[in-house]
Parts: sequence; C-alpha cells; structure tokens
Amino acid sequence: MDFKLKRGYNIRVEGEAKPEIEEAAYPGRIALKPADFIGLKAMLAVDAGDQVRIGTPLFKDRNDDKIVFTSPASGRVAEIRRGEKRVIQSVIVETDGKRSRDKLGLSRGKLSSTSRNSIIEILLKTGLFPCIRQRPFARMANPADEPRDIFISAMDTGPLSADPNLIVRGNEKYFQRGLNVMTHLTGGSIHLSVDGSRGDNSPAFMNANGVELHRFFGPHPSGTVGVQIHHIAPVRAARDIVWYCSVQSVILIGKLFATGELSPEITLAVAGSSATKRSYFRSVIGASADFIVGRNVENGPVRYISGDLLTGTNIGSDGFLGFYDNLITLIPEAEKSEFLGWLRPGLRQESRSWSYLSRLFPAWRFMIDTNRNGSVRPFVATGLYESVLPMDIMPLHLLNSILAEDVEEMEGLGIYEVAEEDFALCEYICPSKVSVQEIIRRGLDLMEREG
Amino acid sequence: MKFIENIIKRLKPHFEQEGSFKMLHPLFEGVVDFLYRQPIRTRVGSHIRDSYDLKRMMMIVIISLIPCALFGIYNTGYQHYLSQGKSAGVVDCLIKGSYAVIPLYIVAYVVGTFWELVFAIKRKAPIAEGLLVTGFLIPLILPPTTPLWQVAIATTFGVVLGKEIFGGVGMNIFNPALVTRAFIFFAYPRSISGNEVWTLTGERVVDAFTMATPLSLGTEATGSIVDFLHAKGYSFWNMFIGLIPGSVGETSIPAIVLGALLLLVTGVGSWRIMLSVFAGGFVMSTVLNMLAPSPSSLMALPAHYHLVMGSFAFGAVFMATDPVSAASTNQGKYVYGFFIGVLAIMVRALNPAYPEGMMLSILFMNLFAPLIDFVVLRTNIRRRMKRAAE
Repeated sequence: MDFKLKRGYNIRVEGEAKPEIEEAAYPGRIALKPADFIGLKAMLAVDAGDQVRIGTPLFKDRNDDKIVFTSPASGRVAEIRRGEKRVIQSVIVETDGKRSRDKLGLSRGKLSSTSRNSIIEILLKTGLFPCIRQRPFARMANPADEPRDIFISAMDTGPLSADPNLIVRGNEKYFQRGLNVMTHLTGGSIHLSVDGSRGDNSPAFMNANGVELHRFFGPHPSGTVGVQIHHIAPVRAARDIVWYCSVQSVILIGKLFATGELSPEITLAVAGSSATKRSYFRSVIGASADFIVGRNVENGPVRYISGDLLTGTNIGSDGFLGFYDNLITLIPEAEKSEFLGWLRPGLRQESRSWSYLSRLFPAWRFMIDTNRNGSVRPFVATGLYESVLPMDIMPLHLLNSILAEDVEEMEGLGIYEVAEEDFALCEYICPSKVSVQEIIRRGLDLMEREG
Repeated sequence: MKFIENIIKRLKPHFEQEGSFKMLHPLFEGVVDFLYRQPIRTRVGSHIRDSYDLKRMMMIVIISLIPCALFGIYNTGYQHYLSQGKSAGVVDCLIKGSYAVIPLYIVAYVVGTFWELVFAIKRKAPIAEGLLVTGFLIPLILPPTTPLWQVAIATTFGVVLGKEIFGGVGMNIFNPALVTRAFIFFAYPRSISGNEVWTLTGERVVDAFTMATPLSLGTEATGSIVDFLHAKGYSFWNMFIGLIPGSVGETSIPAIVLGALLLLVTGVGSWRIMLSVFAGGFVMSTVLNMLAPSPSSLMALPAHYHLVMGSFAFGAVFMATDPVSAASTNQGKYVYGFFIGVLAIMVRALNPAYPEGMMLSILFMNLFAPLIDFVVLRTNIRRRMKRAAE
C-alpha cells in the first residue's frame, strides 16, 4: 500500500556520509551496554579477565536468564564499568583479532526448522533475540509473546542516517533468509516499508518474498517504524503486541540461519559536520568509536553520537557503538554565545520556522552544533508539534497527560502507539525546549508499571 | 559587542550568591539571556535543537505590532490637532502622539516588570519574555487619555491576577493584556467608554469638542445606519484607514494587516483562529442584518463595516491568537475563533450597554477554550477506544 504523509520535516543539516562502503580497522575494543536495552536489569555472565569468543554470553537478563547478550568478538574481558548503585554500564572486551567462535552445534535440520520454538531458541542462544523489539513500549521483545505482526522499515529518514539500501548491499540473500525465518515467528504478516519517493530501492526490498510491501512518502518521521505501524495496522492496546527490527538485524538473523555461524558484522555510516571522512564502513556490533573514526575528526570539542542527531546517545570519543545503531554522528559542541541571537535575520541558522530567512532555501545545509538554542519554558500550544507528527495523535495533550500521570487519559490519547523516536522532531522544533522524548519514555514506563 | 560582554562579566559577581544585588539575580539573568544566546548544550534527548525559541516568537509578535503602534501614535496626535481645528504635519502629530502614548508604555513596562520580578524572585526563576508582548499590547488597547495611575493599577491586576497567580507564562487562562483592559473597563468605566476619552484634547481635559467612536454613535442612529455613520464622518474607508478616534493601536486596518501578514508568514499567529474569528463575525452580522428591526439599528450594519470597526480586527489578529489562552487543538481553534467573532458582533449589536464586545468575547472564549479542547480530545479518544474494541 502507499502512504503519503505530509506532516514532518527534514532537518537541513550538513555532513551526510558518501554512499561508499569501506572496511574499517578491526576494533581493538568492543563493548556491550545494558543501557542500550530499555528496562533491562543485567546480570553478569563473565568476570573481568575472562577469555571470551564470539557468541560467549557477557550478561543476561535478570528477569529471564534465557535472554543472553553475547560477545561480538573474541578476546579478553578488559573491564566492567559500573555506574550508580553498581549498575553495569558496559562490558568491554579487548579483542584478539582471531574472531574465534563458540561452537553452536546447529544442524542443518535445526536451521531449516520452521518451528517457532526452535527458531526462538536459536535466536536466544546466539544473543540475536535482543535484535527484535516490540511495540507498545518500544523495548526488547519478550520471547514468550506471539506478535500480531512484524514490521521492518527499510527507510531511515532520520538526520544523516545510514541508508538501509547500502546496508543491504552484498547481503541481499541473507536479508531474504532473515525474512523467511521471521515469517515463522508470527501468525500475522511481515510488513516491509520502503521510501516510495526513490526509484533506486534495492531489489532485496522491492522483490522481497513473503512480505507485505508498503511505500511511504514524505519527510521525517515517515521512516520511523512507529509512524508506519500507526498507518498500516495500529497498536490498539497494551496486549496488542507487534514486533519490529531493523534491516541490519534481519541480515544478522538471516546470516546466522544461512551459515550456521554467528557473525556480528554490520555496516555503519560516519556522518556529521565534524567528521572529516564521511563514509560507510564495515565493522562489528559494539565497536569502539575511535577505531572507526580514527583521526578523521575536526579539532575542538566534538560530540560523538551513536545513532542519529535526534535519538542517538552521547558516547564520548572513547565510547562504543550502541547495539541497535548503524551510525556515528560527529557534531561540534556549542561554544560561542550569540549577541541578540533571537533578532538575527537567520540566514545561517537552521530552523523549521519561517521567522528565519534560511527557510526560503530548502536546499541549503547548515552546520548545527549542540546549542539548546533557548531557555526551557512551559509548554505553549503553538501548534508546532502537530505539524511534525504524521499520526492521529494529539501530541501536546498526550504529553500533558503524562506529566499529570493520568493513566486513563494517556491510554485514550494513544500512548501505546508512540515511542521516543516518533516524537523526536517535536523535541527538535519545540520553542520551549522541553525534553519531549524523556517525557514520552516516562509515560511508557508508567504504563508498563501500571499494566 | 565585546564591550557589552565585558560589562556583563564585570557585573556578574554582584548578582551571584555573594554579591550585594543577589536579590536581583533573576533580572540580571533575564537581561543577559535576552542579550546573548548562551552556549548551553543539550544534555538529554535530541542533540540538536531548532534555532526557534519563545524569545524569537515573542519578538515576531512585537515586530508585527510596530505598524499599529506607530500608526496609533500618529493618529493620537492627528486626532488631537483635529479636535482643536488645526491641521498639523506628520512630525507634529507623531510628537504629540508620543507625548500621550510613550508614558503609557513606560508605565505598562515598569509596572509589569516589577511584578514579573517579584514573582521571579519568589520562584527563583529568571524573568520570562512573555511580559515583553503583554507590555507592548496594553497601551495599544487603551484610549490615549487613560490616566497613568489607572494604567498602573490595571497592569498590576492584569499581570498578577491574569498571569502570575496561575504560575506565569504558559499557565494562564486569560490573555493578561485583555485582563488589564477589562479591569479598566469595569473599575474605571469613565476612562474607556463614553464619547470623551478617545481623543487627546488640550490639557487632558474634556473641552467642548468631543468625538465619539463609531460604535458608541451607532446606538443613537436615526435613518439608515450606514448613512448616519457617513454623516458623522465614518465612511467605510475612513474606518478602514483608521484616522478616527479609538484605542491607540486598533483603528487602522492596513497596519493590522501588515502585522497579520508577518504573523501568518512566520507561522507565529494561527491562521485557523484569525480566519474563523472573521468568519464568525461575518456570519453573525449577516444573520443580524436579516433580523434587523429597522435600518437604523446597529443590527442592520453590513458585515464589512463591522469587521473594520472598533477592536474587532485588532482582537482577531493579536488577541485571539495568543497561543496560551486560545484553544490548543487545531479543530478547537476553529470553534474558538468562530464564537469569538459571533459573540463580539452579538454583544456589539444587541447590547447597547457595551458598545464594544470584542474584549469580552475573547475573554469569554478564553474561559471556554479548555472545554472546547476537552470535547476535541474526547472524540480522538473515542475513536481510539472504538478501534481497540474491534
């Protein structure tokens, strides 16, 4: 089906990655971070100094120890970083470069089994199950649930995001294999969405078997899976569970079932105005940013973001790629104060508001730093949120109901259909500089506790 | 610019914890914040933020009001000389008008800032920019002869009871500038109604020459209302151009249109509200035309007269669109605006005790905005519940 969305906005930020794929230096260190998995209470499965191989569990879910998180590299556990209350922040592995694997012992028969239980068992054992996330609540799926449908977005409209068409290049058959595996996980359909406005979508998407193909038109956030679910087959209640995963995750799953081996290789982009070499790289899950970025970064304070500018995580120059991320974005930190900043004609500032002259030039690209660009104020009903949220949802009122902790109202206004990423643009354009995404997550947490 | 930055740096310690002016820290912070966009970095959520903020939004509103303010100053002077039977040049009119209007501005801003500061200190928050707009609006919606002490008391009432007691900018139910005007209207009716107040005469004293606004005249008409107004000098085009007595900023449609264009182009003012206020006014006056008992009744006045008279257009463009006190849902805005238009014309034409209904109808609909939003929300919720039950 075709969906033409009007509301939304593409931020005109400079620093897109060149569509060429290179081999990145194999990282000397990799890490898995429990914080990448929302709501996870992690339990260590290794100690510092232990030898691990690809597929060795590093930590487990305290609530369900069948869910394990496995090492994407072989080497030695160098460090376990803990934060407040000794919460595990990251398990860091120093790689030995040998890429030796734990034996999985998966027979050909087992790999081609179509039984849901056997597939889930393999995914759990290899640590690929956490690739799958669910709505409502936008967090890791629960293996005990049977999802109504599975959604895959093959378009990433986020700022400077990695193009799924490049991620799938060279992995087409694994992608299809992954889709085949996933069809057995749901009684419903696999919904695959592509960017309808481009003619050069990979045949891996356009000719995918066993899926319902949808074409979405329109600016960001038309590519976020939450918006797509909302239009294709909305989440109706807390127990109306759908699963979703990224193109990269489908490839990882497909490769596992095609080869019988766990290979945590991913394709990622390095983008942003502070990156001097913007390109696509092949690396592995959880790779340390400095091995990918190297010296290809501008001088001065730079923010290293795993993920995109709206939803990513600030990882610092010594940080590690997030589990779900295919993008490292580098932008300058804000440093200069601006005299009478609000009075400028605004030819050099990016803004969605027509009060900035730059709005007249849709093709321009701007260097954007990490300035908050204003002071935090209470919500003002400017109607701006509505204009960038292509969903039948009243954003301002949903946010207000979350602040008031009015569970019934939140439910009525559609909290189950949304997640942070769907509201990220609202946060970007908010003139009151409210932390919209944080509020949404607070609301989702509250619903989960109450439910 | 470096020079101002240095001054700020030098002054800063005096307003910090140990300084002798630490009480005034919110004021200092507000001023610095106003002069400089500080390099405050994003911490959670989105790493980048749109350059647009509430300050920019408020400044757009103020810039859009400048044509009205300038015309108002000129017109105040013009009416003054007209009342004395003199003809004066543009500069003379502007100077005379400034004498009357600038004191109103000074009082509105000084009193407003004082209260804003008192509450900011109490709340330990920097003073917010909302006051800039309120202070700019107040003189424009008052007659030029309003005694300054009344402006001071009314501004106090408007800022404190209209805004601060609700928690400040963004929390208020009513438009604070309108609350200010309503206060004068009810507490000092002689300052804002009748025929004498609209023209700045010699020594701020009523002398022989008085000139009524078209709206107060309308209640005494004989014959055809349109001809009657014409005879008194209020042709459609006179009222459109705005060289007539009235509140300072509200008389000139061209000036209001300039402001409206800026608000609409920048998206700061809601086109939904503006459009529906005019639609409501048009529909209501047309209905009243059909019901008019005699051609001399105000009810017989054609819609296009109503829309350029009094504070209708000014209210529709600058007052009804205040995002804080208006309906916050897009569908709700249509209803909210439409009924402002309807009520304004209804009060105007049917109730001779209140010749101008715009202020009251906006305040009234401010009160109903949450209810309108509530209904819109319920329909959204009901739609979702129905789907959940499938």
